[in-house]
Amino acid sequence: MKLKIVVLAKQVPDTRNVGKDAMTAEGTVNRAALPAIFNPEDLNALEQALRLKDQNPGSTVGILTMGPPRAGEIIRQGLYRGTDTGWLLTDRLFAGADTLATSYALATGIQKIGHVDIVIGGRQAIDGDTAQVGPQVAQKLGLNQVTYAEEIIKVEDGKATIRRHIDGGVETVETPLPVVITVNGSAAPCRPCNAKLVMKYKYATCPMERKGDEPWTNLYAERPYLTLNQWSVADVDGDAAQCGLSGSPTKVKAVKNIVFQAKESKSLTGSDVDVEGLITELLDEKIIG
Amino acid sequence: MNNVFVYCEIEGTTVAEVSQELLTKGRKLANELGVELDAVVVGTGIKDKVESQILPYGVDKLFVFDAEGLFPYTSAPHTDILVNLFKEEKPQICLMGATVIGRDLGPRVSSSLTSGLTADCTQLEIGSYEDKKTGKIYNGLLYQIRPAFGGNIVATIVNPDHRPQMATVRSGVMEQAIYDGKAKNDVVYADVAKYVPTTDFVVKVLDRHVEAAKHNLKGAPIVVAGGYGVGSKAGFDQLALLAKELHGEVGASRAAVDAGWADHDRQIGQTGLTVHPKVYIACGISGQIQHISGMQDSGIIISINNDPDAPINKIADYIINGTVEEVVPKLIKYYKQNSK
Repeated sequence: MKLKIVVLAKQVPDTRNVGKDAMTAEGTVNRAALPAIFNPEDLNALEQALRLKDQNPGSTVGILTMGPPRAGEIIRQGLYRGTDTGWLLTDRLFAGADTLATSYALATGIQKIGHVDIVIGGRQAIDGDTAQVGPQVAQKLGLNQVTYAEEIIKVEDGKATIRRHIDGGVETVETPLPVVITVNGSAAPCRPCNAKLVMKYKYATCPMERKGDEPWTNLYAERPYLTLNQWSVADVDGDAAQCGLSGSPTKVKAVKNIVFQAKESKSLTGSDVDVEGLITELLDEKIIG
Repeated sequence: MNNVFVYCEIEGTTVAEVSQELLTKGRKLANELGVELDAVVVGTGIKDKVESQILPYGVDKLFVFDAEGLFPYTSAPHTDILVNLFKEEKPQICLMGATVIGRDLGPRVSSSLTSGLTADCTQLEIGSYEDKKTGKIYNGLLYQIRPAFGGNIVATIVNPDHRPQMATVRSGVMEQAIYDGKAKNDVVYADVAKYVPTTDFVVKVLDRHVEAAKHNLKGAPIVVAGGYGVGSKAGFDQLALLAKELHGEVGASRAAVDAGWADHDRQIGQTGLTVHPKVYIACGISGQIQHISGMQDSGIIISINNDPDAPINKIADYIINGTVEEVVPKLIKYYKQNSK
């Protein structure tokens, strides 16, 4: 069957490679010092979507992402691998969103896209590790959900059969479409970029990404596919009160930097005094309970 | 009204340990807030089988939802049970395990109730909060403390205006203890059909394989890992004793696995598991880069080694210069003496 698939993907700072400049002296994150990457599990999700497209001729795959204008890169990364289109939700009103406000924005974006058979994304993003946005989108749209998916085994007769990871094992479930699926990192890795598609789409940008004086600016008039969809809160008929900071019930009270760096170690001997001193120190600091 | 609620997860008719840990924590929070501790359990054929696994942790009221189709877990029925129950009961706090189920269910419930949810908390405390914009002071809020940003920061999250304040917590993070105070221990057997429309039963579980986990090394807050310097299989038994005391797990370097002192599934490093516990105690591990790559994100690293130049000492917070057989028994002894 022809499927309309939307991949939820996020551009994230590469928190797995945090260098010494990544944290400010105040213990906040210096995002500028970290490279922005395609969230790893979203790539696993993209691969599942592209496989479904391969197996079901006539299907389409598009990437929906929310972020600053530079997050248009995520849509290009999809196009390089074989997606058909993409939508960037970008607006200052979206900024500062917790998972609930993020899922609201994505859900309004999906409603704007229109009928979708499968919404698929990574289980969680590496900057937050919450695994909340997928299920929250599903609930907002009133859709079924399957989380921790490892493989979409088949889609036929309006139903998807999915193998998913559970605590201590695996499970195979069958769900009617439409469905929201989140994909675990143990799923198949994503295919590489296709050189021809890279050539075709390398200048594809959202209007807000453009500086206006690049030598290829004249291409945009003759090749409409190089202009990516860019939506504001108003474009998706969103309620600004449910977006961004104002739509976020959770607030950050405090942040403490625990970045692991070259450190001053304490040297001890194996004597009773030293060992007991260490234990009491760890207990006092509540490092051990 | 205003109570602390714990969603008790089950496998068949066995209540998950993480839920019992959360009941213990929930009881403390409820006492601090001067409210009741309530629990909810959802499954098939669980009546008279789960109560004794839940009530002793100090539960005032347990809601049991027992009907066909509620086990194995699927999202929609469990979501509607919690959403509808919470609309009636209006709890101020809801805790659940940061398990596959908890992380599937929690966000759905929170999305429906537009309450806030904090995933994978490592500490839960009660405290006050001042909203800097409005100047309003909130008392008795749940501090939801969790690592974020790839574990590079620890954030304290609060949820001032929305209820319930929801949090998930991993297994093994909180202490589990039978409650020695008084609790009401009421049990309510709910009419499931009132909470769950038949249209909820759409996702079918076709096939299911679950094996009891041999260990929880990956999620353990404390890892006691041994290397070639442990010297023998008996040395690993000592590590196991220490791990048990600290509610941690035993890990091993490749050299120790190759020597046959530890199972392969406990190997930490590039070709084994990656762990990031709060505390990593490296016993007789020299610290090849392959091993370090699997544990360098640990919070506090303690190295026990009689070689002061062992590479692992460079990344350790505490270096104990001594042999494993001398130091580990002392750690056990002084932990027992000082932790109360």
